[in-house]
Amino acid sequence: MRFLAVILLFLGFATYADEKIVITGSSTMAPVISDLAKLYESKNSDSRIDVQTGGSSRGILDARKGLAQIGLVSRALKENEGDLRHFTLAKDGLAIIIHNLNPIKELTEDQIKNIYIKNVTNWKLVGGKDKEIVVVNKAEGRSTLELFLKFFKLKNSEIKPDIIIGDNEQGIKTVSKNPNAIAYVSIGAAEYNASVGVPLKLLRFKGAEAKVQNVKNGTYPLMRELNLVTKGNPKGLADKFIKYVLSEEARQTIKDHYFVPINAK
Amino acid sequence: MALSGHGTSFIFDESWFPTEGQFNMIPMLVGSLLVTFGSLLLALPLGIFSSLFASFYCSPRIKTFYRRAIELYTGIPSVIFGLWGLMKLVPIINQIQPPGQSLLAGTLILALMIFPIIALSLISSFEMASKNHFKVSESLGLKKSTYIWFILLPNLKGQILGATILSFGRAIGETMAVLMVCGNIVKIPSSMFEPIRTLTANIALEMAYAMGTHRSALFLSGLLLLSMIGVLLLLSDFLKKRFAWKA
Repeated sequence: MRFLAVILLFLGFATYADEKIVITGSSTMAPVISDLAKLYESKNSDSRIDVQTGGSSRGILDARKGLAQIGLVSRALKENEGDLRHFTLAKDGLAIIIHNLNPIKELTEDQIKNIYIKNVTNWKLVGGKDKEIVVVNKAEGRSTLELFLKFFKLKNSEIKPDIIIGDNEQGIKTVSKNPNAIAYVSIGAAEYNASVGVPLKLLRFKGAEAKVQNVKNGTYPLMRELNLVTKGNPKGLADKFIKYVLSEEARQTIKDHYFVPINAK
Repeated sequence: MALSGHGTSFIFDESWFPTEGQFNMIPMLVGSLLVTFGSLLLALPLGIFSSLFASFYCSPRIKTFYRRAIELYTGIPSVIFGLWGLMKLVPIINQIQPPGQSLLAGTLILALMIFPIIALSLISSFEMASKNHFKVSESLGLKKSTYIWFILLPNLKGQILGATILSFGRAIGETMAVLMVCGNIVKIPSSMFEPIRTLTANIALEMAYAMGTHRSALFLSGLLLLSMIGVLLLLSDFLKKRFAWKA
């Protein structure tokens, strides 16, 4: 009997101590935030963090209405969204990559767009060798695909790919084995592989070198911000969780998702 | 959810663009079947002949070695096959006709993966069957090849079918290797050199980031795969009973 009472008491405390927040928004950010939430929960067993998706606009809306304590927004905030506080978690950049043997160094926005919709099918037409272009696209749902489509104002059904890949590594392997391929992958992954001698080249874009450094300082345009937004100053668990995701500790998890942490050196 | 909300969209939609609300899975179903049957077509003769070699045409010592080697071979993880295919096989096919990642590459890799399953199970079937009949046929003065082609193989139809079904299951369920070498374009191919996407590769490619209806559609494709394998198992059970060893 006494044992049961102790258990009941304990359960009572446990439920009393539970603090719960809801996070909603961008599906780009949800996987990394989910991972971070799991890590946070495992260290603070009295916290419950519920991560849901629905796009950046839902993140803004829910944070405004108070349906979610934190909203996830995978773009810079607009002017009329100044009522919300935002914390930039990381930046997401993508690099256009080709094989090392391909002489091309830079492509314009239009050229890339035309290559992906197969208006241009030969490297000769953009100043390269007389070879068919092999277009590599990403699978549906990947955040790099979303960023690519948004930036080049394309619909995925307009792209005419020759190969569809899943993760960045697969894209890098494909390009490194095919001198006529063009692909786009997360900038962190591309830069790392090029630096360890994988035969691939990151194309310059709008005059800027494709480098993590340039994503951080904002000179490389093919990137976006990943923001956490709150209505007013965050309180309680929301505050603690935001501090956690911006800390040193969370940095590796963010990098594992190929994002560029904002506080990284 | 995908079923109730979109009805028959997984057959009649224009293509597979789940984030734009199009869910046609037929090209992937066709892709899965093509690559599987293609690889069976290659693996069956390879498996049958290598098991005949091991059972009848080599010394016991070589047989043991050969068998161990095949056993080891079945243990190689599929991602290794995929990586090898992507790094070695695909560039060769790319030189014949770009992009290299193709139905052909998938078929070849899968055939390499499943032929040892066929070979192993046939080696043991041959052993069982030959224990009695081989000596008898020899004492009747039959040649080895006569025994193999007119007595052994016709009577082991059921076992060969069984081995085929086993490897069919392995081939159609294979994910990593085909994902790496097939190119994953959702389209019914018009030649061996065109890329395809299989149902399994589709799930592996998109599940991690799929939300809402997209996610349900992926579960539906899993169900499709499961029911396809179910139907095939029933069929094979039926055929097996018909072909059973009548001695």
